[in-house]
Amino acid sequence: MYQYDNIDQTIVNERVAQFRDQTSRYLNGKLTDDEFRPLRLQNGLYIQRHAPMLRIAVPYGLLSSKQLRKLADITDRFDRGYGHFSTRQNLQLNWPKLEETPDILEELSKVEMHAIQTSGNCIRNITTDQFAGVAPDEIIDPRAIAEILRQWSTFHPEFSLLPRKFKIAVSGSLQDRAIVQAHDIGLEFYYDKAQKMAIRVWVGGGLGRTPILGSIIREHLEWEHVLTYCEAIIRVYNLHGRRDNIYKARIKILAKALGIEEFKKQVEAEWHYLKNSPNTINESELKRVAKFFTAMPYENLSDQEPTYDEAIQNNKAFASWVKRSVHLHKQKGYRAITLSLKPHGLAPGDATSAQMRTVAELADLYSFGELRVSHEQNLILADVKLQDIFKVWEKAKAHQLATPNIGLLTDIICCPGGDFCSLANAKSIPIATSIQEAFDNLDYLHDIGELELNISGCMNACGHHHVGHIGVLGVDKDGSEWYQVTIGGKQGNDASLGTVIGPSFAAEEMPGVVRKLIDVYIKHRNPEERFIDTVRRLGVNPFKEHVYA
Amino acid sequence: MLNSQLILNQSISSDEWTFVPLPSGNEEVKKQAGKVVLFKLTGESLPTELQIDETTIPQIGKIIVPLSVYLKNRDALQARLKNNEIALWLATHETLDALLVSEKDINVFPLIALFVERFQDGRIFTLGNLLRTRYQFKNTLRAFGDVLQDQLFYLKRSGFDSYLIKAGKDVREALKALQSFSDPYQGAVDIPEPVWKRKVR
Ligand code: HEM
Ligand code: SF4
Repeated sequence: MYQYDNIDQTIVNERVAQFRDQTSRYLNGKLTDDEFRPLRLQNGLYIQRHAPMLRIAVPYGLLSSKQLRKLADITDRFDRGYGHFSTRQNLQLNWPKLEETPDILEELSKVEMHAIQTSGNCIRNITTDQFAGVAPDEIIDPRAIAEILRQWSTFHPEFSLLPRKFKIAVSGSLQDRAIVQAHDIGLEFYYDKAQKMAIRVWVGGGLGRTPILGSIIREHLEWEHVLTYCEAIIRVYNLHGRRDNIYKARIKILAKALGIEEFKKQVEAEWHYLKNSPNTINESELKRVAKFFTAMPYENLSDQEPTYDEAIQNNKAFASWVKRSVHLHKQKGYRAITLSLKPHGLAPGDATSAQMRTVAELADLYSFGELRVSHEQNLILADVKLQDIFKVWEKAKAHQLATPNIGLLTDIICCPGGDFCSLANAKSIPIATSIQEAFDNLDYLHDIGELELNISGCMNACGHHHVGHIGVLGVDKDGSEWYQVTIGGKQGNDASLGTVIGPSFAAEEMPGVVRKLIDVYIKHRNPEERFIDTVRRLGVNPFKEHVYA
Repeated sequence: MLNSQLILNQSISSDEWTFVPLPSGNEEVKKQAGKVVLFKLTGESLPTELQIDETTIPQIGKIIVPLSVYLKNRDALQARLKNNEIALWLATHETLDALLVSEKDINVFPLIALFVERFQDGRIFTLGNLLRTRYQFKNTLRAFGDVLQDQLFYLKRSGFDSYLIKAGKDVREALKALQSFSDPYQGAVDIPEPVWKRKVR
């Protein structure tokens, strides 16, 4: 993975000093609340229901074991011994003290980490496929460009105070796993006819209050122009995006209002001036960064491992975990493994410091000391030998990291909701845990098959409910908490937004509603058909009728 | 010690310019959410004719007048302009178009000032950048309004060399912020090359 040189380290150190100064000015009354807000937000610090919330950047979801151990230490020393991995591949602390945040940042800087631009109206953490570099369907590993984008966007002077937050996702595989269509800018890498790395550029996607899937603004962009082209897009947005109404301030609203053709025209007009300007990437910079993302020093192994096959034969629990959690790999004899942060009955995406240390140890022993965070809020060991998988499972299982539910109904994406978030309309964690408890029968869960259930506590959509096969949204009706259900949302190349099935439900009805949706599916599904495909084939009505019958 | 909120070329200076405000207009007309699909969607309105007409232009001295007022009184102000007495200011929701249409050479103005109403308004950075790079403005570029120490580094990188720090804020503290980061990553107005072109990494 990328390693800081002096320049990177100096920038992060200077940021710590700067934020320490800003925090002390605030605590000394030299900055008002209003003046401090944008400053702390640019550093991932929110003021929440119970305490501040600090969001730590995990650039494109990649962590080293050393970093994860540091995160574990930080949660012990400054928080309550756990952290929350988010759909943006970041880590959130729920209970830090404002006055201690500069110290937390200082600790982070020692392991080449920070909280820069994890919040606020600026370019946020760049996200990508959790299987980048190892997925068999990958065409181009997008991480080198992601790192170049990270550096370019860090304290970009022109784009430090945009109308609203700005999220960029990159993907280089056949199957999109980064939801490029739901981002302000989505960059899809491919090889063009000349076998040169090129980029399809999506713009104007986003979830939140007004969910919109992005449009293609440029089918073919040569890679060296990616920074200047993004500058052209963001410049048009910075000047003309709305600033009078935060609900209309995202780039998606501007792109929709102008129409993609007009928007594109304006972007291209800007780019006419910016193209080939100094931020154009050159071959040597790409090489410098790409060398941090070359293949791991794999052994030459067979793709058959008798001890592994035997363990699957003889151990049903292991076999069912393997089915869900072990993913194919580019390299023979290796697999990627997803460690579930969704044990039934606990907050999805949370990890205790002990679990973090366990994962760090597993990464050191079996996966070249690295791991990834997925936007589904799980952790991934990307490079495990077949012969080691059983050992990984045993250890993971002992630490509640091996629930065999990856990609299934209980692998719920869930935002912090009303338990922590002051914007929430309703709690979301208890809905997730009650559904998990209602579907605790693993055989049944596996029989239902692939199903993504996503929950957000309000229309800000931090839990991606719009793209859940089943989406649950917390709504407020006369001061009490209700839940609106959508079905038919999907991430990926054929992304779609879910359709509301009807009036909302009370919290205690939710497990029953999900059960009814599943019943309709089970009754009507064709062999091998996933829930989402049945919904697409039948439409919403049969589901609706049964749920409201 | 100099009692001034103005930073010019990295030091605290006295202000030789007199600021000419627009008279306050009626309640700003904010566009309704989603209703108006215009080229500009930023939601603010431009100065009204009435505001422009009612602006008092001081008869002597170096003055910074609103762009709209200058355009309306362009002929009358030419002599003073030649005397280096006329500078312009515009707000971040205005565009540069009117200025560029009117003036072949914007370097006739010794100073252009950009007014930022709220700290969070980052349009000022793009406008500064455009003035310096695309339109080659060479003279003093000033930021004023809700200008606090924590924008200064970005303002500097976007081509500003003059900052009128908001009243009540410590200008000496602010001065330090110009040096917040020693080696920024990306190319911008002040340092055009990105770090990977400046240094061996
Ligand atoms: C607890 C504190 C949090 C607050 C106050 C918060 C606030 C917000 C707000 C206001 C939006 C809507 C932005 C817009 O539509 O313009 C949003 C969107 C979002 N947030 Fe959060 N959030 C929080 C936690 C999280 C967490 C824990 C996650 C990940 C699990 C997350 C991921 C997202 C995502 C993915 C979106 C959708 C972005 C889009 O519109 O494309 N947020 N958040
Ligand atoms: S979706 Fe709403 S409730 Fe959930 S974290 Fe985001 S802002 Fe808070």
